[in-house]
Amino acid sequence: MTVPVRYTYPAIAFHWLLAFLIAGSFAFGLYMVDLPFSPARIQQYNWHKWAGITILVLSALRLLWRLSHRPPVLDINTPIWQAKASRATHSLLYLLFFSAPLAGWAYSSAAGFPVVYFGLLQLPDLVPRNPDLAAVLKLAHRFTTYSLAALVMLHVAAALKHQWIDRDRLLARMNPF
Amino acid sequence: MRKLIFFVGAFALAVTANAQQKLVPVQSEISFTVKQMGVPLDGKFSRFDAQLAFDSKKPEAGKIAISIDLGSAAVGDADTTKELKKPEWFNQAKFPTATFSSTSIKSMGPGKLEVAGLLSIKGNAKPVIVPVTLTPGLSGMTLAQGSFIIKRVDFKIGEGDWTDVSIVADDVAVKFKLVLTGI
Repeated sequence: MTVPVRYTYPAIAFHWLLAFLIAGSFAFGLYMVDLPFSPARIQQYNWHKWAGITILVLSALRLLWRLSHRPPVLDINTPIWQAKASRATHSLLYLLFFSAPLAGWAYSSAAGFPVVYFGLLQLPDLVPRNPDLAAVLKLAHRFTTYSLAALVMLHVAAALKHQWIDRDRLLARMNPF
Repeated sequence: MRKLIFFVGAFALAVTANAQQKLVPVQSEISFTVKQMGVPLDGKFSRFDAQLAFDSKKPEAGKIAISIDLGSAAVGDADTTKELKKPEWFNQAKFPTATFSSTSIKSMGPGKLEVAGLLSIKGNAKPVIVPVTLTPGLSGMTLAQGSFIIKRVDFKIGEGDWTDVSIVADDVAVKFKLVLTGI
């Protein structure tokens, strides 16, 4: 059995597509919360929710792919602490790929605004309507998304360190071209 | 003379009967649903009253008037409820009450009525036709329920940018369950 030296093409596609969707939804979320009550605000909240559900679905498919397709192994010279940190970061990232959109969906349910995917498919409410619960879930969505943003920055910083300081061609494993 | 006494008596009875026709507010509900980008938002009014003069044997002679305190309206969450009272929507400060008054009542079979009337919200009166089902209940109470659809833009509910019905739909489904006594 050969040891893979790079991620499979579907894994690379999942990575970049979700990177784009997650970064976009995060930036969009920060922007839309300060909008005054207006048709634009309603539209952008709905777009944000559709993006969130898309992230959730793609993350589930990505996790299945990841579990059934071996990622490339780390270089033999990788320090143990780096290997452990990498594993921990990736596990936490996956945890947040699910918990952040789920918290947003539950918040929407508790606030009394069901999620209707692309304005067509009404998704079930995750929790009953309850303003107190909505306030808690709003914080949970904020906490999970900010944590995700912080971990993504750590992930990017580590990747850039490998590229520019270690110069070990680690990034080539995720290069789509 | 006997005839006259009978007449006066019957008239008095009829008047008292009508005076006793009342809405039981705590058991009654008026709610509505509006969609924004396909998302159904539930709303309701918690304060309203009705004046009735209705004889089930002669429905077409009946009359019903309903008044709704728009300050009691709630929709979605606390934020959207606050928005609803603003000038673009209900303009509750200037138009605190919405009213419905029947212009004709038709019997559509046992326990079924078609009530036509004028619905006035925010100073705009539009004719509406409301199907009503009457169901007898406990201790002389009657449940009158039904639903109908109004176009919010006709009543200028949502002005300015909000007239864009691709965001907040024009159709608002109104549902009511009125518990009445003395019918």
